[in-house]
Amino acid sequence: MNKSKHILWDLFYTFFKIGAFTFGGGYAMISLLDRECVENKNWITSDELMNITVIAESTPGPIAINCATYTGYKLKGLFGSIIATFGMILPSSIIIFLISMFFENILSNSIIRNAFKGISVAICILITQAAIKMITKSMKNSRKKLLPIVFIVPSFLIVFSCNLFAIHFSTIYLIFFCGFIGYFVYGKKVNKSNGGIK
Amino acid sequence: MRYIELFISFLKLGSLAFGGAYGAIPLFREEVLSHGWLTDSMFTNIVAISESTPGPIMLNIATYIGAERGGILGVILATLGVILPSYIIILLVTINFKSILNKSSVQSILKGMKQCIMGLMLATGLFIGFQTFFGNIKYIQVDVAAIAILAIVSICLLVAKKKFKKELSPIIIILICAALGGLLY
Repeated sequence: MNKSKHILWDLFYTFFKIGAFTFGGGYAMISLLDRECVENKNWITSDELMNITVIAESTPGPIAINCATYTGYKLKGLFGSIIATFGMILPSSIIIFLISMFFENILSNSIIRNAFKGISVAICILITQAAIKMITKSMKNSRKKLLPIVFIVPSFLIVFSCNLFAIHFSTIYLIFFCGFIGYFVYGKKVNKSNGGIK
Repeated sequence: MRYIELFISFLKLGSLAFGGAYGAIPLFREEVLSHGWLTDSMFTNIVAISESTPGPIMLNIATYIGAERGGILGVILATLGVILPSYIIILLVTINFKSILNKSSVQSILKGMKQCIMGLMLATGLFIGFQTFFGNIKYIQVDVAAIAILAIVSICLLVAKKKFKKELSPIIIILICAALGGLLY
């Protein structure tokens, strides 16, 4: 096996492993990425990993994909980035696909159905918790502590009442509108600690 | 046609999903409900499954919906749609696109968008709570078991934080709620 093929295989295998063993997504993944890509393989530096995290925060999409793409591209160009990303998504795709085939059958069991009823409490807690964490962080990082409220409270009220009264409303317009307002409100006073990429 | 619709929906979600998986959930929920792909409670179930299986949560949700809508081809299209935007963005960033992202005008726009998504997250989290505890607004019915579960889990969270200075991982919270759900309903 020549060396180039070996690295591609290694990329695929490593990201396959990361994709198969990180539960909880997002930030839970960073520690495993750090161990595999930075410490074990020396593919990227921990500085680079930090930069990817910051970039991931200001761009959409799953952070793990960002890291796989970056590392793959750095090592083996376009093809490397495809291989690494593919390796990353393969395990969960297979698992979820298998689950999706049996899930409705499983749900016909009344104990499991009740368990999932209980789980909706967990989902409520997890999403609300994550929202509160992000809101407090953004208020701390903002120079004018109350400025984020200008965006958060109206969007909360609009979306919550639309949900409550089953009014159909596309939030995409709201997101773009907030971006538009953000341009004027935050103008040139962007806080370095929140946005700057080294 | 169904496949194109699926792909475009997920492409849109992939390019708007700022703020990690939890930021993406409100957007996914809206998209899925507006197309009538899943019911609200089924979507919540899928979020639970996506949280408790490995891999990025956003992708897991996309995979499930893709599988539900169009089998293996659906899975491929939904996954591709979600990852393509971030894949392209990172490629551009590596080819020195950083300076654009660093521009203060771009940063202010992103900041406004992200704070909007925080509001969406809060609304979605609390609305799922409202549905779980009180059901439909036209026919309010207090779910005592759900409130009991919330109380027990909140105590667990508080104890873990105060006593062990630890936050419970999402999987543990889901498992506790699942066990309590099985017992109390």
